[in-house]
Amino acid sequence: MSDNLLMAAYASRLGDNALVLGQRMIELVAASPELEEELANANFSLDYIGQARMFYTYAGECEGVGRDEDDFAFLRPEHEYRNLLLVEQPNGHFGDSTVRQVLFECWYLHLLEALTRCSDEGISEIAARAIKEVRYHLRHSSQWLLRLGDGTEESHRRAQQSLDNLWKFTGEMFSPDDLDDEMRAVFNGPHLEIIEAQWREDVRAIVEQATLKMPDDQWMASGGKQGRHTEHLGYLLAEMQHLQRTYPGATW
Amino acid sequence: MVETTFKSEQIFEWLSEVADPEIPVLTITDLGIVRDIDCSDGVTVSLTPTYSGCPATEVIEASVVAALEEQGVSDIRIRRVLSPPWTTDWISQEGRDKLRIYGIAPPERREGPIACPRCESGQTERVSEFGSTACKAAYRCRDCLEPFEYFKCL
Repeated sequence: MSDNLLMAAYASRLGDNALVLGQRMIELVAASPELEEELANANFSLDYIGQARMFYTYAGECEGVGRDEDDFAFLRPEHEYRNLLLVEQPNGHFGDSTVRQVLFECWYLHLLEALTRCSDEGISEIAARAIKEVRYHLRHSSQWLLRLGDGTEESHRRAQQSLDNLWKFTGEMFSPDDLDDEMRAVFNGPHLEIIEAQWREDVRAIVEQATLKMPDDQWMASGGKQGRHTEHLGYLLAEMQHLQRTYPGATW
Repeated sequence: MVETTFKSEQIFEWLSEVADPEIPVLTITDLGIVRDIDCSDGVTVSLTPTYSGCPATEVIEASVVAALEEQGVSDIRIRRVLSPPWTTDWISQEGRDKLRIYGIAPPERREGPIACPRCESGQTERVSEFGSTACKAAYRCRDCLEPFEYFKCL
């Protein structure tokens, strides 16, 4: 793979994580338990979609065949999406969404920090911009996990259950595939084993402060990075892409 | 066709009339998002978006083009500059004063209470960390009892 195509594939994968998570969060608009949370969620999902736009635009530039952000978002089928399985998981109850955000954002923050040190200026600039937002998101989501875990007996029980249920989707964040390896070799990209250690430390601190228990090591689901998804992604894309699929080229 | 060259000081002056669509009391030069003006080949304006997902980004770019076209500039390019990322530190002193007069407490780096933009009291409380736009939080003054918005530090 040429360096440009390598970067295009890597940037579009980052865009997939940001877009799928942003779209999931948008499903919660008008469903939050209170106004403050409503605004926080809507604003954060906008941040993720903004990041996706930057990653896709950059992927299109690197690829050089004229695809733009909308082509990446609206005209690719499920198996071409390379996001983590974790971000496509349904919102479930508030504990499920909160745990998903914490697990992802702890990883994403370290990944972005590593990307600011990679040798590709385009990706490191987007990462530097996104870090400021994700740091803020994580502060918010982890505070909610503290409240849920250290809240009532019921909220504690359900937060623990969410943590146990979603844990199996965290493995693929740290198992490098060919693209991760090449990204590291060519562009001094993120070292996923180092990020795993940092992630564990951060997640453990939040989980323990929330009086929850770290799940045991277990079988891990994988496949998102290769385009093999859980059944949930197809429904999400069907809703998100429906307009462009039905009326190709439609604009405002 | 008449070729006209423009001076960047002149372009900057015209851009200092372009209002931010979400906080119209501020111009884009008050916000500090105009990073560079290059008049060597047509006019290239470098803009740094405030937030990744800021819905105003496109509107601002379109307003810049419209404002310059109105002044007779025809060859206009907009360049988006991500690095270094925008920070509230780039809001000018004039911008901060305008915010306060408008009723929005400007961003503060220092720790401590946020002063009420109306009565200057430090006896204020945060009502909601998230407000009408991504960049603002909702506050209330315990002295004059007025609600106000605070431009969050970024």
